[in-house]
Amino acid sequence: MTRFLHAILVLAALAFGIAPSAKAASSPDPAADARAFQKYYTEKFPKLKLEDFVNGPYAIDEDMRRQWQEIEQFPPYEFSLDRGKEMFAQPFANGKSYADCFANGGVGIRQNYPYFDENAGKVITLELALNQCREANGEPPLSYEKEEMAALTAYMAFTSRGKPFDIKIPDDPRALEAYENGKRYFYTRRGQLNFSCASCHVQNPGERLRAEMLAPALGILNAMPIYRSEWGGMGTISRRFTTCNSQVRGAPLAPQAEEYRDLEYFLSYVSNGLPISGPGARP
Amino acid sequence: MALAFLIAGAQSVFAAGSEADFKAAYAAAEAANREAGALRNQWTVTTSALAEAKRAAEMGNFDQAVAASKEAEALAKASISQATHEKEAWKALEIR
Repeated sequence: MTRFLHAILVLAALAFGIAPSAKAASSPDPAADARAFQKYYTEKFPKLKLEDFVNGPYAIDEDMRRQWQEIEQFPPYEFSLDRGKEMFAQPFANGKSYADCFANGGVGIRQNYPYFDENAGKVITLELALNQCREANGEPPLSYEKEEMAALTAYMAFTSRGKPFDIKIPDDPRALEAYENGKRYFYTRRGQLNFSCASCHVQNPGERLRAEMLAPALGILNAMPIYRSEWGGMGTISRRFTTCNSQVRGAPLAPQAEEYRDLEYFLSYVSNGLPISGPGARP
Repeated sequence: MALAFLIAGAQSVFAAGSEADFKAAYAAAEAANREAGALRNQWTVTTSALAEAKRAAEMGNFDQAVAASKEAEALAKASISQATHEKEAWKALEIR
């Protein structure tokens, strides 16, 4: 009964939008946003160190943390990681490989994605860059939401574990606009349930929606891709975003749509300084 | 008595949705949902209601088809209203 009442309170908070303090809008200042973002979470969870946020709900709940530590003995993403390593090393039909498309042969670079490509005038995510690499070498693109893409990004994240997110916003008004678009998408309510990303991941991290504990938005992408028990498999950032939209009864956009890439840009930027922990496991 | 049944029957025929009613209601719902799409804010439930309308029409159940179309239109209009409202309202949630 108590749990039921608690769930009702959480839903009421979501529905009525109990928001963090808001002041009048001013000119875009991503660095100030990131400081405010990190301050908000560290004040909300004063016992956590900044780097703990990359562990999502496991950082917050002691019981879940113990379960997770057990799970990490034989991590469920391990098969995907091995597959990704093999896929990454496998040459394309033209003899080239993924390593030819990325700085440092693609090793230890996850923390630099997404970035704003001033030539293309858009945000390039790691998933997009992988498919661009494939297509440039005459290979068909992979699904953004399925296992193969998750395997590749799992391997690349693994080679960056511990490296802090280092997302840059170049001195280009288009980059700032992309960042602002991502921020707007993050805070905008959508779907029949009238939730924004922030409704769950800013206003209610640590609270439960049914059996799930909501993760803080800070550090949420550092653990990607993730093995989700709920999915019974691996999921990419694209899968996470489209699923979030569906869960609030909003029609998802196409994976890697501009809005999703900009959202990833925003969320990654405000988590600058937090270490890459992917691939991760989540309930 | 027979006349009463005839009148009642005629009334129910007039009250029932026709194929033309369905087509008009469905077109209105689709137009509203297209507008929501232009705002990048369609709802899954609108799509479901549109599909339900089409299924009912294919089975000749035009009452149900009209009702589902009207529901779809109302949902699409709500999603448009949400997108319009959120153009400014999102700022209230921002961490600063």
